[in-house]
Amino acid sequence: MEPILETKNLTVQFGSHIAVNNVNFMVYEKQFKSIIGPNGAGKTTLFNLLGGQLKATSGKIYFRKEDITSLSSVKRTRKGIGRSFQMTNVFPNLTVFENVRLAVQSRMNIRYPFFKHFSHYTEVNEKTYEILELVLLKEKQSVLAKQLSHGEQRKLEIAMLLALDTEVLLLDEPTAGMSMEEVPAILSVIQNVKKEGNRTIVLIEHKMDLIMNLSDAVTVLFNGQFLADGTPEEIMENETVQNAYLGGLYNGSPS
Amino acid sequence: MGMLNNRMNLFVIIVGLLLFLLPFIYESRTLLILLTQIFIFAIFAMSYDLLLGYTGIVSFGHAMFFGIGAYSTGIILHRMESTIFTVLLSLLVGILLSLVISILVGFLTLRLKSHFFAMLTLAFASLFLVVAEKWRTLTYGNDGFTFPLPEFLRDRTYFYLVSLTFMIAIYFLLKRFTESPFGKVLVAIRENERRVESLGFHPLYYKVIASVVAGTTASISGSLYVLSLRFVNTSVFTMEMTLDALLMTIIGGVGTLIGPIIGSGLIEFAHHLLTDLASISPIFERWIIFFGILYILTVIFFPLGIVGTIRNRISGKGKKEKYAKKTVAG
Ligand SMILES: Nc1ncnc2c1ncn2[C@@H]1O[C@H](COP(=O)(O)OP(=O)(O)OP(=O)(O)O)[C@@H](O)[C@H]1O
Ligand SMILES: [Mg+2]
Repeated sequence: MEPILETKNLTVQFGSHIAVNNVNFMVYEKQFKSIIGPNGAGKTTLFNLLGGQLKATSGKIYFRKEDITSLSSVKRTRKGIGRSFQMTNVFPNLTVFENVRLAVQSRMNIRYPFFKHFSHYTEVNEKTYEILELVLLKEKQSVLAKQLSHGEQRKLEIAMLLALDTEVLLLDEPTAGMSMEEVPAILSVIQNVKKEGNRTIVLIEHKMDLIMNLSDAVTVLFNGQFLADGTPEEIMENETVQNAYLGGLYNGSPS
Repeated sequence: MGMLNNRMNLFVIIVGLLLFLLPFIYESRTLLILLTQIFIFAIFAMSYDLLLGYTGIVSFGHAMFFGIGAYSTGIILHRMESTIFTVLLSLLVGILLSLVISILVGFLTLRLKSHFFAMLTLAFASLFLVVAEKWRTLTYGNDGFTFPLPEFLRDRTYFYLVSLTFMIAIYFLLKRFTESPFGKVLVAIRENERRVESLGFHPLYYKVIASVVAGTTASISGSLYVLSLRFVNTSVFTMEMTLDALLMTIIGGVGTLIGPIIGSGLIEFAHHLLTDLASISPIFERWIIFFGILYILTVIFFPLGIVGTIRNRISGKGKKEKYAKKTVAG
């Protein structure tokens, strides 16, 4: 089997700090892969490289064997790599509905029509509504995004990613900051996407227990470096991981 | 939202009709001339708001397009016979020139970070100002030149009606534009350009197209402006023109189309008043000071402008409930 997304010796350096160091990461088509690692391990930075928000210092990124290292984030999204952001990154003065609608609009390739009123695109509106319902945001649809609570903004992030309907979904700590009651609902949304079986999902998560039964495979990053990769069970039993990551997490700095 | 929109349209249509009837009910040459100016600057300010309020682009060089329209019309009517045909031709030439120049300048400058962009637009506009000053054979330099109007435009009432028609038509066209899927992406760019990219839209193209629409619209207002004066000089290219548009937009309400129209009305009216008062005390001649103060007060107390503030009041009810909920939850 061929990986759908793959990096080769991917490196990015900020000044003297190497945030992602020679990472060879790969995910297979329709796989559910999690990335774990302590704070500052370089997980989000890796996503920024995959999504095109950041240019690599060296190394290559391949999508379906095609070299996409120098493509803009616009092109990567259109090719089918969508992502959500850890630091909520929405349109603050637009309503929740408008935020999601923009993503739906992009996915339906409605880019340049400049005369027909937006509300006449019923299909876009229906799809938007559907997604808001899915992530439990439909009561909030006419609220401005900036007025949402943190947890709700996280849901909006996910909604926008789902609305893009890309082949690859890069989810950066989707449940962080959500209230405990909401986490299961959002996890089940992700679980459902997985169950549909036509998506490749990469999920960054801090809390290992949360993703162990969701994931087909887990990659561990530590200090910008690739530490291990394997099934959840393998990772749990891996000694380097135990020492470095788990040890670091429980003995070191609280997250 | 839809309800509010319909009511807004109705309001605009009623006010528009009243304005159409005005010259037949109330005959005042001064008022007609003043209103004509207001309509013309409303067009200019709306075009500016397309950049500032909708797309979040701060341009200090928008007068460039106003001036292109102004000189296209001036020069053509000066050199050719004055007929309806040449007037239309001159409008068209202004539009085409603005189209080409806004595309070129847009692709050159809109990639830049906003403050570099603002500086560059200023530079481009200054370039046009210098050309207009130096190319004396065509422009007669600083002094400018007068030109004849075709018969029917010389009538103030007709010209008033023509300007009003232009303003209303452009208002509705721009309204369609801003409420299209395209317009929605423009607003998203204003809000968070990087995020727009991550959604798969190419912000540069949107910004260039927005500046093309804004530029050609500004050109029309420049043409109408010199038609109303029957005279053109280099003042049409000056920074003051851009600042006027900025002021009108901010006072009226950024990110709306009615705002710039109201802003234009207020500023032009105040202008007129202060000019009258200047005969009483010379301090009123320094109207720019008053506008400066007005500008500062608006930005501090009504950052949303008149229209934005009113709109917030109207939808205020729902908000209070939300705040109540939040306090309970928090
Ligand atoms: N644009 C940047 N400029 C400079 N340093 C950066 C930049 N982005 C990230 N870093 C640094 O790179 C390191 C990795 O950051 P990153 O956000 O990828 O960590 P993370 O694994 O996502 O951590 P967390 O679990 O806290 O989200 C950090 O030390 C961070 O300070
Ligand atoms: Mg992170």
